[in-house]
Amino acid sequence: MTLTEMQGYAFFFLTVLLVVILYGYILHLYRSEKKGERDYEKYGKMALDDELHDRPVEANPKATNEKKES
Amino acid sequence: MQSSAALEYDYSVAKLYMWTAVIFGIVGMTIGVLIASQLAFPELNYLFGEYGTFSRLRPLHTNVVIYGFTVSGIFATFYYSAQRVLKVSMGESKLLNGLGYLQFILYLIAATGMVISELMGITASKEYAQMEWPLDVLIVVIWVLWGVIMFGLIGMRREKALYISMWYYIACFLGVAMLYLFNNMEVPTIFFSGGVGAWYHSVSMYAGTNDALVQWWWGHNAVAFVFTVPIIAIIYYFLPKESGQAVYSYKLSLLSFWGLMFVYLWAGGHHLLWSTVPDWMQTMGSVFSVVLILPSWGSAINMLLTMKGEWNQLTENPLIKFMVLASTFYMLSTLEGPIQAVKSVNAIAHFTDWIPGHVHDGVLGWVAFMIFAALMHMATRAFKREIYSKSLLEAQFWIQTTGVVLYFTSMWIAGITQGMMWRAVDEYGNLMYSFIDTVSVLHPYYTIRAIGGLLYLIGMFMFAYNFLMTATAGRKLEQEPQFRSPMA
Repeated sequence: MTLTEMQGYAFFFLTVLLVVILYGYILHLYRSEKKGERDYEKYGKMALDDELHDRPVEANPKATNEKKES
Repeated sequence: MQSSAALEYDYSVAKLYMWTAVIFGIVGMTIGVLIASQLAFPELNYLFGEYGTFSRLRPLHTNVVIYGFTVSGIFATFYYSAQRVLKVSMGESKLLNGLGYLQFILYLIAATGMVISELMGITASKEYAQMEWPLDVLIVVIWVLWGVIMFGLIGMRREKALYISMWYYIACFLGVAMLYLFNNMEVPTIFFSGGVGAWYHSVSMYAGTNDALVQWWWGHNAVAFVFTVPIIAIIYYFLPKESGQAVYSYKLSLLSFWGLMFVYLWAGGHHLLWSTVPDWMQTMGSVFSVVLILPSWGSAINMLLTMKGEWNQLTENPLIKFMVLASTFYMLSTLEGPIQAVKSVNAIAHFTDWIPGHVHDGVLGWVAFMIFAALMHMATRAFKREIYSKSLLEAQFWIQTTGVVLYFTSMWIAGITQGMMWRAVDEYGNLMYSFIDTVSVLHPYYTIRAIGGLLYLIGMFMFAYNFLMTATAGRKLEQEPQFRSPMA
């Protein structure tokens, strides 16, 4: 087997692997929403409620957040 | 971070980039119209001696519209929207704000250097990578500074999750960083030639087919990570914000993001179909280009569906018009590209005018329309003023849309005519036409293209005037609009 052929096979299997990962990701998104672990759609609000004084969709616990209490 | 009741978003750096976007838009598009006219009327090559020839001005046109207009638009929208979706102000960190100003100053120096050097004919002779090594080094510094600011802001954020636009900006940063470094690996000749030659001259580290491969890995992914990824970042923020509608499906946006990341990097080989690169690479380039329709349409359809139930806004708000048409042009362009990447189609399309036709329905219809809409949306917030003229914006929309349609339809006809004529053979297998025959046949289409470009440029001037008047003479706003940008 030449190096070029090996590259070809390696590429093919890498593609298959990445396709599996991508489809796995779709499953993960829908499954975790169905189980109630995470609501992905609420993140769409981040573009709408984007004033500094708006309540974060999910507050970052690491932020030094003095002004958010109000 | 500061604790202050009066804390507000700091748009000072964003505003600087908004102005450079307008200025470079005018410069880049004016040169574009001139060179389009030169193709139709060659005597226009001699207006400014060597500085006015097509060969000098063509790289200048592409570089100014890509790295001047588009990149300014990307930086402006980043400095504006990143603060908002992360809920952190640039004003909260003197360091990051200072680095923002520094980045802008260096950007201005690099952009000026780019314009002057390319006008002088100093070029590394690689498409979309013409800048010579000293400018390349400066651009790396600018890019690293952007990364520091981006991740600095992310580190300070009040929102735990990163909005989808931020993912796209991060991808733009990382993608361009990787591609730019590898494609611009070059040897400054002065250091190895014993002092012979110009100090700024360099040669690529790669040669022959390898050089072509790396070049088009870069070339195509410059389209991916400059013309697509950050523009999707822009539409994912500005369309929902302007319309007041949350993105139709956040899950689809995530899926399209990873799909695009996975597929785009492999598609560059389609620029080298029927060339000396290994056949499997060419096939890979074709296949991945076709697969690329899925994530591209995933984003575009997601944007169109965001307007579900709110289509009345399309007639009422010209900014929504720009963005919806941009999304539609994105769909057209990302269907057309894969068609051109099919080997049999490419055999006709390659090297013909259909290719610049394709590029321009993408950049004029998608990239520039999104930047126009975003700049106007930002202007109302950054300058705290109403948009100066709605009717001017409407007129600009229709004039420019007509311009784009004239541009790409004429190039479709020109490209296919050209491709067919080049391949035509008589009964003995001799070529039926010489090159000049194609040139004479294409003349009307080149003229139509120049007219289309001129219409687009007129729209650019209308936009610049409207923007200037908005920033200086628009009615003052008491408070920031929540969604729809107010306009007179």
